[in-house]
Amino acid sequence: MNIKINGKIQVVDKNINLLELIKSLGLSSCRVVTEYNLRIVPTEEREKTFLKENDSLEIISFVGGG
Amino acid sequence: MEDLLEIGGKKIKSRLFLGTGKFSDYTLMKKALEVSETEIITVALRRVDLESKQDNILDYIPKKCTVMVNTSGARDADEAVRIARLAKMSGAGLWIKIEVIRDNKYLLPDNLETLKATEILAKEGFVVLPYMSPDISIARKMVECGAAAVMPLGSPIGSNRGLKTKELISIMIEEIKAPVIVDAGLGRPSDACVCMELGCAAVLVNTAVAISKDPINMAKAFSEGVIAGRRAYLCKITQGFNAASPSSPLTGFLREEK
Repeated sequence: MNIKINGKIQVVDKNINLLELIKSLGLSSCRVVTEYNLRIVPTEEREKTFLKENDSLEIISFVGGG
Repeated sequence: MEDLLEIGGKKIKSRLFLGTGKFSDYTLMKKALEVSETEIITVALRRVDLESKQDNILDYIPKKCTVMVNTSGARDADEAVRIARLAKMSGAGLWIKIEVIRDNKYLLPDNLETLKATEILAKEGFVVLPYMSPDISIARKMVECGAAAVMPLGSPIGSNRGLKTKELISIMIEEIKAPVIVDAGLGRPSDACVCMELGCAAVLVNTAVAISKDPINMAKAFSEGVIAGRRAYLCKITQGFNAASPSSPLTGFLREEK
């Protein structure tokens, strides 16, 4: 199915949960913040958050800044 | 007695806050942060680049530092609030530098939107430090709304032009009942020193350190500038006089003074 990750449409497995998706992207779950359909998903809720077709996901982390 | 700056319940020794942008690499940045002895550093939040994996910047922040997340990229109060909430969820703590900018050429802040975000986030328990154009009325309102400090700009972000807003900053220091921290535009340690001599509570520097030829020594130089300026401020700098006043006793034996 298609979901939008950080503004780009990506094809992911059906019935995947957020935690699995983060891992499949090679990211460390504790190092990123996720916003799913504009709602912040706490780390402990990722495993029970299942993605659906055309959902929108933002995966965010820290960078240098002034 | 030790001269400490208290913000958001934290007692801070170093009055030099440092930004972490524009360093050529994180290891160099870490060393610069260490030698500066800074205790407050800023970071930004961005989308993860899924194509190129980068190290996590937080691994390169000295343990004693408090991380203050900025809301750069926000164009109005709602976006700034959204970023702040994301930052909180990330476990970075509650220190937030509100930065709301619509002007892409000079990167000057939108004071009204910044004020709105300050009010919302202070109510939510954030330690809010708004980056602002030096305006005393807005600064007063920000403090009334719960800003822990105000951060007027010295000159445009990343311009290294120094303290162009000196007169306004002086008025703010006199009138605002919260720490005044000059943020943005300081290009030289002497700029930071002047801010501290005026009575600023602290300064926030990034570009001047990060893009210098030797960021580690430049961080140290800024730290020394801040310390010197603060020490001079505490000693109460005397005002200038028009006429000279001899520092040495005038020798009276060469001739008879008439």
